Amino acid sequence: MSAATRPFDVDAIRADFPILTRMLDPDTPMIYLDGGATSQRPRQVLDAEIAYLSHDHAAVKRGAHRMAGAATDAYEDSRERLAAFLGAPSAQEIAFTKNATEALNLVARSLGDGDASTPEHLRVREGDEILVTEMEHHANLVPWQELARRTGARLRWIPLADDFTLDLTDLGSLLTERTKVLAVTHQSNVLGTITPVDRLVEAARAVGALTVLDAAQSAPHMPFDLARLGVDFAALSGHKMLGPTGIGALWGRFELLEAMPPFLTGGSMIETVTMEASTFAEPPARFEAGTPPISQAVGLAAACDYLDALGMEQVAAHEQSLTLRAVEGLAGIDGVRVIGPAASPQRTGAVAFDVAGRHPHDVGQVLDSLGIEVRVGHHCAWPLHRRYGLHGTTRASFSVHTTAAEVDALVDGVARTVEFFGALS
Amino acid sequence: MSSHLSALYTELVIEHDKRPLHAGLRDPFEAEVHHVNPTCGDEITLRLHLAEDGSERIEDVSYDAIGCAMSRASASIMADLLIGHDVAEVEPARLHFQEAIGSRGRVEGDEELIGDGVALLGAAKFPARVKCVLMPWKAYEAALVEARALRG
Repeated sequence: MSAATRPFDVDAIRADFPILTRMLDPDTPMIYLDGGATSQRPRQVLDAEIAYLSHDHAAVKRGAHRMAGAATDAYEDSRERLAAFLGAPSAQEIAFTKNATEALNLVARSLGDGDASTPEHLRVREGDEILVTEMEHHANLVPWQELARRTGARLRWIPLADDFTLDLTDLGSLLTERTKVLAVTHQSNVLGTITPVDRLVEAARAVGALTVLDAAQSAPHMPFDLARLGVDFAALSGHKMLGPTGIGALWGRFELLEAMPPFLTGGSMIETVTMEASTFAEPPARFEAGTPPISQAVGLAAACDYLDALGMEQVAAHEQSLTLRAVEGLAGIDGVRVIGPAASPQRTGAVAFDVAGRHPHDVGQVLDSLGIEVRVGHHCAWPLHRRYGLHGTTRASFSVHTTAAEVDALVDGVARTVEFFGALS
Repeated sequence: MSSHLSALYTELVIEHDKRPLHAGLRDPFEAEVHHVNPTCGDEITLRLHLAEDGSERIEDVSYDAIGCAMSRASASIMADLLIGHDVAEVEPARLHFQEAIGSRGRVEGDEELIGDGVALLGAAKFPARVKCVLMPWKAYEAALVEARALRG
């Protein structure tokens, strides 16, 4: 994290995103409200990848030629850049992955590896418990279900309350000495609800449980400081934070990573190899088997630069004001119900809603005809929807380039959707 | 609103969505299948009942469908097309419908063959919606395989 170096001027920001000039029909500009699924990329990110590929590209960490050195420098500089953005004490605590999903699988697989030399606190076994929440994205639920299945551990979850926040009433009986891992999202990708990380981390520490944070949704939208969060692991995706697809990262405390067995194995992650067996490199290389996503790492570093130049406080404030505007506007339409907490500092820029009697696919189809691109369905959070008796929702999510006028267009579009179906039936 | 949109949400689609034909799960049946569209969470449970005389006359298709207007209307139209006919007799309709819906609008629907099914073909131009429309048909196909297996 660092201080902003440019004013938060949405028009100037929009000029950085080439895709925002796209028209969907001759008279229909594109209104992109699906950054929660994947973000658009500013030219600074696109340019950084092109510059790297035009000047420095080679395989990293092998070969004696100068290009290999240039590529390795670019890749490792990107690791440093991401570490600084996240407030990580050391770049060696960051392993690049394919995305947040892979980062979470890395932790879950490693903890269930069963290698006898792994210290007890990094081994999940039968009798242990894994605690998640009912609002997790499938990426932070299914890997833990599978870890429980493989090891015989028990999966438990913190339930959601009627007010769309976590119900911590029974936390004392859910998070106990038996809990080996607490894995929670930083922010619901559907409800916008922000998890009370401080309280959960404190409780987890008190019982000696490892803490894993799914930061895929939060890292691009709020000031992020690992030192302050106090978790043991955090996972994120580049493509949700203005960066490229194909790159994500796992941050973990070095002393934990150092004692953990690898997840994927192969080239680049070894120390010595014989026909019978291998020993493994120190982190982060131990967790980066095969040729990594190099230009994507460079692009992700440029995305960190871009966000830091805007200032994450300003980014958060911008998206908060849009969220408030959307929640108020949508709640004012007859038959529309916002699925998430009322606008407050405890929620952020994903706004899901239900249009009475209309399937979200049908809602999204009408909005698309107006150029408004939103997500429909269960948003990879099926249990959350089931909790509220919903089969799906329509979700708008806001980004640095979203304007108040676009939010107004959304509200107007939803009102027109209600009218459209009202007139047909 | 665009003309594409009115091509998608035709009066017939809205009518079938609001008042679906043959909806609900009924006895007797030989095969019951449950299909899910994992991208949107839509679900259909479908039961197939063939004639007890050993022929392949479709006595009943009953279903419970949770989904968008397109998928619900598709289930309604399909059930109405199938019930009372021989499996072999409705094969041409099934194949023609599948071809037309997958053609991105290049194949025009034959109303003689697929009846109200032509009203669903607006979805052909929206690749994301083709799956919605095909879900009931895929369920029927699976149920038919099961019912035949049961007969040996």
